[in-house]
Amino acid sequence: MHEGVKENSYSRETATGNRGLMLEEALIFEIGTNETTGVDLPEPQAGADRLGGLGRSEPIGLPGLSEPETIRHYTRLSRQNYAIDLGLFPLGSCTMKHNPRLNEKVARMPGFADIHPLQPVDTVRGALEVINELAHWLIALTGMHGVAMTPKAGAHGELCGILCIRAALEARGDPRAVILVPESAHGTNPATAAFAGYRVENIPATSEGRVDLEALTARLGPDVAGVMITNPNTCGLFERDMKAISDAVHAAGGYVYCDGANFNAIVGRVRPGDLGIDAMHINLHKTFSTPHGGGGPGSGPVVLSEALSPFGPLPYTARTKDGVVHLVEEEHADEFAREHFGKPLQSFGRMSAFHGQMGMFTRALTYILSHGADGLRQASGDAVLNANYVLRSLDDVLDAPFGDSGPCMHEALFSDKGFAGGLTTLDLAKGMIDEGFHPMTMYFPLVVHGAMLIEPTETESKAGLDELIRALRSLAERARSGDESLKGAPYFAPRHRLDETLAARKPVLAWHGPATPGGTPTLSEQGGS
Amino acid sequence: MRYLPLTDADRGEMLAKIGAPDVDALFADVAAVHYLREPIADLPGHASEMAVERHMRRLSDKNLAAGDAAFFLGAGAYRHHVPASVDHIIQRGEFLTAYTPYQPEIAQGTLQMLFEFQSQVARLYGCAVANASMYDGSTACWEAIVMASRITKRNLAILHEGLHPHYVSTIRTMAKFTGDSVADRAPTLSADAGIDALIAEIEANAPSCVVVQYPDILGRVYDLAPIAEAAHAKGALLIAVNTEPVALGALKSPGEMGADIVVGEGQAIGVGLQFGGPYLGLFAVRDPKHVRQMPGRLCGETVDAAGKRGFVLTLSTREQHIRREKATSNICTNSGLCALAFSVHMTLLGEKGLRALAAENHRLACLAADRLARIPGVAVVNDVFFNEFTVTLPGDARAIVRDLAERKVLAGVSLGRLYPDEDQLASGLIVAVTETASEDDIETLAAAIEEVLR
Repeated sequence: MHEGVKENSYSRETATGNRGLMLEEALIFEIGTNETTGVDLPEPQAGADRLGGLGRSEPIGLPGLSEPETIRHYTRLSRQNYAIDLGLFPLGSCTMKHNPRLNEKVARMPGFADIHPLQPVDTVRGALEVINELAHWLIALTGMHGVAMTPKAGAHGELCGILCIRAALEARGDPRAVILVPESAHGTNPATAAFAGYRVENIPATSEGRVDLEALTARLGPDVAGVMITNPNTCGLFERDMKAISDAVHAAGGYVYCDGANFNAIVGRVRPGDLGIDAMHINLHKTFSTPHGGGGPGSGPVVLSEALSPFGPLPYTARTKDGVVHLVEEEHADEFAREHFGKPLQSFGRMSAFHGQMGMFTRALTYILSHGADGLRQASGDAVLNANYVLRSLDDVLDAPFGDSGPCMHEALFSDKGFAGGLTTLDLAKGMIDEGFHPMTMYFPLVVHGAMLIEPTETESKAGLDELIRALRSLAERARSGDESLKGAPYFAPRHRLDETLAARKPVLAWHGPATPGGTPTLSEQGGS
Repeated sequence: MRYLPLTDADRGEMLAKIGAPDVDALFADVAAVHYLREPIADLPGHASEMAVERHMRRLSDKNLAAGDAAFFLGAGAYRHHVPASVDHIIQRGEFLTAYTPYQPEIAQGTLQMLFEFQSQVARLYGCAVANASMYDGSTACWEAIVMASRITKRNLAILHEGLHPHYVSTIRTMAKFTGDSVADRAPTLSADAGIDALIAEIEANAPSCVVVQYPDILGRVYDLAPIAEAAHAKGALLIAVNTEPVALGALKSPGEMGADIVVGEGQAIGVGLQFGGPYLGLFAVRDPKHVRQMPGRLCGETVDAAGKRGFVLTLSTREQHIRREKATSNICTNSGLCALAFSVHMTLLGEKGLRALAAENHRLACLAADRLARIPGVAVVNDVFFNEFTVTLPGDARAIVRDLAERKVLAGVSLGRLYPDEDQLASGLIVAVTETASEDDIETLAAAIEEVLR
């Protein structure tokens, strides 16, 4: 406390619960009423009722706020969030980089934002060109043969890739039952394989943090449909044996799926297609800077090898020799395939209602064009440089389990080995909040006890990294000395540690207060009957 | 390369700290034969903000935006006026550029919003609990079927003929791989939607679930209670699908009529058309005991160490990052920002605004149906509807829609586009009328159809 500022009754509680600029905000259900609205609409007129006697008779219970109250409610809420616009977001395996505002401006151009997915194709030629241009970049950067643009997020892309593998195997009359997944994989990988009807078997990691090539090749056989590998992997390392793994899997009649969540580390420097990969999803919301928005939307296009390309989902776009980009839907899919590829359609089908995340395509393409081939390559280089700088600046105070295993890729892995007094990774992470940083990824990958995975990305400056390093050194030293006070962190966040056990044991998942805080509508206001 | 803060001097200092001669050395684990030493040759280099904006503007201008036409498309995606405040809020960096709220102490903004969103959706759907958003309506519908199979330990899903054909395709694709059986058929151009036949089909089988869209793909609306009753009598769950949430401002909720799982597309509130995505999957259950079988994320209320109310992601033992291959779904990234847009728009509307919006949509749709019915050769299929109905035209509606588009009239979605293999539907056109269509637009549509048919 600053000299001259004395503790007084306000240091503990205020009447409002606010603390200066740290504002408490009630729920809309507590401050809104069913009579309040923030939009001007005509009063409902009597007469039109063709609802077949199914009109609502009971209040819904939706609170309304005026426009100024709405703006203030959500602005106050926004201030309780950490975000990439506020500072470094060093999450391992989830690239959180600067989101350029040009991307937002472009995505809102009426020709992209205000078109319907089922408009006549001649009225959306520009949109189809965007999809095709982005597809061209993704294919060129990955050295693959085709790309499925419709998957809505990374995990949806995984499903797309696995379904392509399954369709390809079934087309050759060789259905197989097993997908191999290394234990360092993202949790979505085994969940995806199981969802697609496969039995999942784990493959161990070596003491060096890479896939155990011997264990993997030993398990290959006529029942193995494929393997799912993350490269660079979740220990932040490049899978040196990737090509050997691919060759072995192909020789055994299977296919290689690569989780492309970490593609940011190698863009413009390594083409997954050169490594024998058959399918890989690309998280546009990671590598190509589309914003994560508190959990999404994502977008997960899947690049495909020549062997798997024919099996990708509908709809798709394709440029023909005359330069026209076609939208291939059910309407003329088979005819199109016969005319342009000389064979019937082999698509595994449709995996969602429309053409994919157009709003993310425009953002990603804008980002890609801004960077260009030279800038993307520089970006992956800087991302890897930043991660190695963090690794080498901290490996004297934090245990780096694979620190001797060669340079890391885009993320640096540490563990809580050496912490004293029962302090854990969680305590250090919560301490980061008080230092003004978002915590790193905790307890993942599972192959390392008390893992801390830090991915700084290329959009952080050296000064920013030095500040992060200073904070982490201080926290690491406190953890090694068994500083008890860390167990209470965070102290300076909008909330102290939250009781997650209570939330799960007695779930409160919706507001249960009165349905209509402002009174009940009369029958005449309800319309219909 | 305006997005990269490192200077060459920084890079030099950092490489010295690492003990590497250059950046290429950091990729030593990549076999030399696979490492690219130069930018990929057939791709262009970086471009200025102005140049990129110009290029993208040129592509945007090649499209006919809904706002520049008389616009009547629906069939699963709806154009509504989105208040300017919605886009302002979702562009606040603290929402736009935040991560999944895994660190709840510094993510209360997102978490409280998700709790409010879940509460709004649950009430709109007449359910106990809603989750914190799926990708879109079609994938949410598929997840509901998987969930019903898990609960009933059966695997036959009966799909009503009025279910959106893209949802049916999505379900059929996925069912091939999970071993679920699917019974579906193309719609008949009838007002009664074959509900009696559906109930007979339920009674003759032991399905895991029955899937009914409300309002359906042709815009038809019917009482779900008898269907729910038939399903429950056979131990099956009723899944109700809604693709136009504004309709629920006027119509009884599916939960109120006995649907067990209600799923849908939230795009119409706050999100915008965006050529099909990103959209917003909504997912709710009527019976709280089904919560643990739900896919996706849930936000719950709790307290912090100082006793203050706060919110966290909860019941995560259902999820893939813990349960791996035994998870209820592989879904990870959701549509959080679209959920925010939905929630802000719904808060601006409130009960009063949503009801007024629904009433205005219905009024204009009634007006349009009456006007189109007066055109010789045009017949309205369904006389019960909300803001969308189906007409039959003399001739293939696909060709007529294309002719109308040349006149800057986007007339609706032809059934031929959705059901290319069903010749008996070729004359059908689905017309959606929201508050964004003026009475003049309706007259423009009718006059244009008259002209094209002449």
